[in-house]
Amino acid sequence: MSVNYIPRRFTVVRDKELCINCGCCVRQCSNECHCFADDRKTVISHSADCVACHRCVDLCPTGALRIEKYVCDYRENANWTPQYQQEICRQAQTGGVLLSGMGTPKDYPVYWDKILLNASQVTNPSIDPLREPMEIRTILGRKPEKLTVEKKGKSTVEMPPQVILETPIMFSAMSFGSISLNAQKSLAMAAKELGTLFNIGEGGLHPDLQPFTDRSIVQVASGRFGVHSDYLNNSKIVEIKIGQGAKPGIGGHLPGEKVSVEVSNARMIPEGSDAISPAPHHDIYSIEDLRQLIWAIKQATNNKKPVCVKIAAVHNVAAIVSGCARAGADIVAIDGFRGGTGAAPTRIRDNVGIPIELALASADQRLRDEGTRSQISLVAAGSFRCSADIVKAIALGADACYCASAPLIAMGCHMCATCNTGKCNWGIATQRPELTKRLNPDIMYKRVVNLITAWNHEIKEIMGGMGINSVDSLRGNRLMLRGIGLSEKELEILGIKHAGE
Amino acid sequence: MNIVAGVRSYSEVNEEIKTEFLSKNKVTVTDVNGQRYLGCALDVGKTLEIHGTAGNDLAFCLNGGKIMLHGHGQDAVGNTMGGGEIIIHGHTGDALGYGMRDGQIYVRDNVCCRGGIHMKEFRSMKPVLVIGSNAGSFLGEYMAGGTIILLGLGLKRGEKIFGTHCASGMHGGKIFVRGSFPRENLSPNIKAVSITAEDEKELKEYVGKYCHCFEVDFESVMNKSFVKLIPVTSRPYADLYTAN
Ligand code: SF4
Ligand code: SF4
Ligand code: SF4
Repeated sequence: MSVNYIPRRFTVVRDKELCINCGCCVRQCSNECHCFADDRKTVISHSADCVACHRCVDLCPTGALRIEKYVCDYRENANWTPQYQQEICRQAQTGGVLLSGMGTPKDYPVYWDKILLNASQVTNPSIDPLREPMEIRTILGRKPEKLTVEKKGKSTVEMPPQVILETPIMFSAMSFGSISLNAQKSLAMAAKELGTLFNIGEGGLHPDLQPFTDRSIVQVASGRFGVHSDYLNNSKIVEIKIGQGAKPGIGGHLPGEKVSVEVSNARMIPEGSDAISPAPHHDIYSIEDLRQLIWAIKQATNNKKPVCVKIAAVHNVAAIVSGCARAGADIVAIDGFRGGTGAAPTRIRDNVGIPIELALASADQRLRDEGTRSQISLVAAGSFRCSADIVKAIALGADACYCASAPLIAMGCHMCATCNTGKCNWGIATQRPELTKRLNPDIMYKRVVNLITAWNHEIKEIMGGMGINSVDSLRGNRLMLRGIGLSEKELEILGIKHAGE
Repeated sequence: MNIVAGVRSYSEVNEEIKTEFLSKNKVTVTDVNGQRYLGCALDVGKTLEIHGTAGNDLAFCLNGGKIMLHGHGQDAVGNTMGGGEIIIHGHTGDALGYGMRDGQIYVRDNVCCRGGIHMKEFRSMKPVLVIGSNAGSFLGEYMAGGTIILLGLGLKRGEKIFGTHCASGMHGGKIFVRGSFPRENLSPNIKAVSITAEDEKELKEYVGKYCHCFEVDFESVMNKSFVKLIPVTSRPYADLYTAN
């Protein structure tokens, strides 16, 4: 046996007093951490491949299981941390590029946690959302530069296509391939019930999602998988995917193992073939070219669909957003570097891009300075963990927010960050039938609906506390925000004052 | 009635074309001067005849319709095309047939960079690209399926049939090349093999069609031998990653 240079991450602890050897955990763990001993009666565990997804823990009928971090100290070294040493060993073993799932786990500043919200006292009294009207309906799409009306007051301006959402929260792009069809279906059903949209990602549309196309955002990414004229025309919004927060500047690569019959049908590629999304769109090398693709899509859809351009938050984000707006994008979605992913090279995920808070604030400011902010919609993405994050994003300038990880957690995801392995025990980031069948859309969609309904209530409550009764009055209202423990520069970029000012 | 494009904006011209197609199956537009997106998403059973130089994204998302261009094409002809036919009596620019999934494109002369990039096939859908003269760099980049046929007709001394980095990242489909080719321009993952009887049948069908469209003598084209370029592996990046 070859020496394994890397200690395991977790230890599976079984309380022998409680365990009734029912074998449930044996069936549940796709990493094969549990098995029957030679007597075929006693259940034992191997911890080596445990990823701490808690599937066995949550399903054990007697609560006998616990996952512990495996502590094995190295000699202390602030520079050569265990993580770097282990990653080197992995690469020495395989010669491969490190690949990770989900958003970066690194300890970068989360500005949402350094921003505090306002509430009314005495003047401009607060509003009780339970008993007074409170508007969180959000409308996305390009707005005319100015309105002209005829004598009777009717508008004479032709309105570009608009999309009405009953909440400022949408579900961000997750392709069929990166997540299971059942997971996509749950999001589609939830979007329909909530009056919002789900984004089908770049993997094409599975026929089972056809009934939900009027709640869908479809992507045109560099691989152009499953993109055809009906695909564009049946959607609510067409999104050109330029970049993704978790992996700015690089393409995607769905390995052949994950291209099942069903995935192949949606992507319209042969079963088992690699689905490669090139890093750039090869028809876009400039803002002028982006304009060309935007208008090609508009022409192919008879100007009936708003076109969104999704970019990753990178250093020059404000200028890029401004360029996208001028190129004709009706909506620009900015994806911050903490955003999740089915698979991304670890080094890219953990080192490239900037936080959504700073990107959003600077892009919003840039558009205001140029006098175009009111004409286009801005969507923020890249890790919203709770309703307060959403409120802060809207006050920083977002029209709506894209959420993905939160609804996945509602469906069972435990952030084990091994989506790239395709063995998700919760039936989300996997295509294995025995795993995907664990996720029942009829049950899971309800959990997602519950989550967003709860967030909607909380958003209304927070707005009410500020004395604001419409999300339109919150948008870009940075006076409702104060920084805590932030430097002058950070406050300047965020465009907010410090607490106490 | 012909639509005269002149120097009018593409949106105006396209609008007129679309309106004409509501009641007709064939529309002709003349004096085209680089207007973009002509024939985009054109449906099955419709034919658009174009005289002049068609602008970028000609036949974007073509949906089974037929385009006949009497003149040159610019960039991204047949972009993300889902089916149909494009016949070009001239040459075209970059990224011809980008992401093309089905249908056929015939170009009488040459094409620039990245022709047939990321072409892919699916079940009965099989894209075919026939190029009369030669192609620029990165021909068939990321190609995942379908057929490219490069005839090398009328090449001048010193002109190569394809440019550098040919078929870089190709992992499916095939490229047929007539006559000699610059081996040094092939990407490392590509091998040249001799054609089979089945290939010959396929070649004859599409070359025959090319010759018919552009009135070229079929026998003299088929007289020269063809080779087939295919990827060494369909999973060029299978060992690229390691789970972390
Ligand atoms: S699921 Fe719980 S009770 Fe059943 S075998 Fe596993 S540890 Fe024991
Ligand atoms: S990988 Fe998940 S299911 Fe398996 S032992 Fe660990 S926590 Fe339990
Ligand atoms: S989706 Fe599944 S694999 Fe990915 S982090 Fe969540 S539980 Fe783990």
